[in-house]
Amino acid sequence: MKAGVFAVLNRWWAWLLLLFLVLPALIAIPVSLTPKRFLSMPKGEYSLRHFEKLFTSADWMSSFGQSAVIATATSLLATILGTLCAIGLWRITSRWSEVVRAFLLLPLIIPQIISAMAFYRLWIPLGLLDSYPGLILAHTILAAPMVLITVSASLANFDPRLEQASRNLGASRWTTMKRVILPSIRPGVYAGALFAFILSWDEIVVTLFISKFTVYTLPRRMWNGIRENTDPTVAAAAVVLIAVTLVAFAVSAILSRRRALSEEHA
Amino acid sequence: MDPAIKSRGDIELKASPLLRSLTTSGWMLVAPFLALVVFLYLGPIANILWLSVTEPDPGLGNYAMLVENETMGRILSTTLRICLITTILSVLFGYSIAYAMVHASEGNRRRMMALLLVSFWISILVRTFSWLMLLGNRGLVNTTLQDIGVIAQPIVFMRNELGVLIGMVHYMIPYAVLPLLVSMQTLDTRVMAASRNLGASGGQTFRRIYLPLTKPGIVAAALLVFILSLGFYVTPAILGGGKVLMIAEYISVQLLITLKWGTAAMLGALMLFGVLAMLWIMSRFMSLGRVFGGAAS
Repeated sequence: MKAGVFAVLNRWWAWLLLLFLVLPALIAIPVSLTPKRFLSMPKGEYSLRHFEKLFTSADWMSSFGQSAVIATATSLLATILGTLCAIGLWRITSRWSEVVRAFLLLPLIIPQIISAMAFYRLWIPLGLLDSYPGLILAHTILAAPMVLITVSASLANFDPRLEQASRNLGASRWTTMKRVILPSIRPGVYAGALFAFILSWDEIVVTLFISKFTVYTLPRRMWNGIRENTDPTVAAAAVVLIAVTLVAFAVSAILSRRRALSEEHA
Repeated sequence: MDPAIKSRGDIELKASPLLRSLTTSGWMLVAPFLALVVFLYLGPIANILWLSVTEPDPGLGNYAMLVENETMGRILSTTLRICLITTILSVLFGYSIAYAMVHASEGNRRRMMALLLVSFWISILVRTFSWLMLLGNRGLVNTTLQDIGVIAQPIVFMRNELGVLIGMVHYMIPYAVLPLLVSMQTLDTRVMAASRNLGASGGQTFRRIYLPLTKPGIVAAALLVFILSLGFYVTPAILGGGKVLMIAEYISVQLLITLKWGTAAMLGALMLFGVLAMLWIMSRFMSLGRVFGGAAS
């Protein structure tokens, strides 16, 4: 079929829209290079002073470290819980399994502000406010559904007879899990771990409610910087975050290609 | 046989049948996360629903505020208006992108997908910050327009609904594209070819065949964007600059500053019921797993 005028126009329009989605974020790059002490576009002169300030500031570095610790712990916990849960639901043949699955995906779709309210409400009596365990636990509950989705997608292509064969050949439940199931769903597990990491690394709404002084994550510090709207260090931090995003994206692209390949072989 | 395996088998045999079926059926693997969600997530949400009718006094006093209190009415109407416009624009733009992607060559499709996903992945804070730099009175957009002489006075983008809308549509477009893409990719293209062969023009085929066939995708995309917009906090709070008050920000003010749990709980309950109702409608048009599965991969 020959492409009509509208189809051609629409193609150009779509590319414009896609550029509109990506390009605005890049403004952080020139702003971060300004030689001035306030947020501004550089005019002819460039300086790396704000990056220097970012990397030598104890506050910013501690926030980077805290976010890395919390996101890593969240990713680990969410991956374990989400993967086990996905395998469990995949095994259950009861009609309840789909209901439970929908139920467990709720943290993904319930507005963040309500989640924030819920955690805030419960963390006060539990004494978890403004603590690492508090943030990690909250982020894990929000992130594990992501893992559930990616691992379930991998499991959909896994032949259940392989599990039976392994059991029939005398392998224990644990051996079967470790040597047969996990290797075949590995791409889904890795993708889930990555999504969980990013979710926690980026999370701001719940964090605003349940952290105060002791725990001050990177998004929290960014949020403050953006609200004050003066210090260009925020722009430098934004550039670092964009770079991290691009790296994570590249990793995920490689993972999904590998997943596609392994599905072709299956 | 490995003795460890044998002994584990023995334990399984000795356990009661109910326990054995529970431990072997998979529920044991679901239990840890299920328990976390029930006790640490849905528990406090239920508590909030309860608070909305008991705090500060038992009864529907909090809900009565919706009609009695003028501020509350204004916040609700602002929220609904912004969410509605965001939804319409995002789905319109998302449809255009999804259509172009489905009809693009393999290589272009991959490039378009990469742009879409990169924007999906860039931190919401980074994106909001960028809009702050672009849209301010001395931001790049205004200075450029002034330099080339299009405008004399800077356009006010910030601290008003225009800025909030730009930021929100920008954030929501990828969420609209993904369900639309799922629905367009599963279409049987032979139907369109048949329509053309029977003499319908391209425009007629699109309007009478393509559009109705992608309706489930449109509904799913619209509801998804609407749900996400409803609880959106970051962009309205920063780009609205306190001038555009939406529900989410109002809830946070009630909780963290004026400490009115009852009002916050009532608004939260309202939002929750709205979202659940929309999810229910959405599940009738499209498998939710597919929508979210698409969003995650």
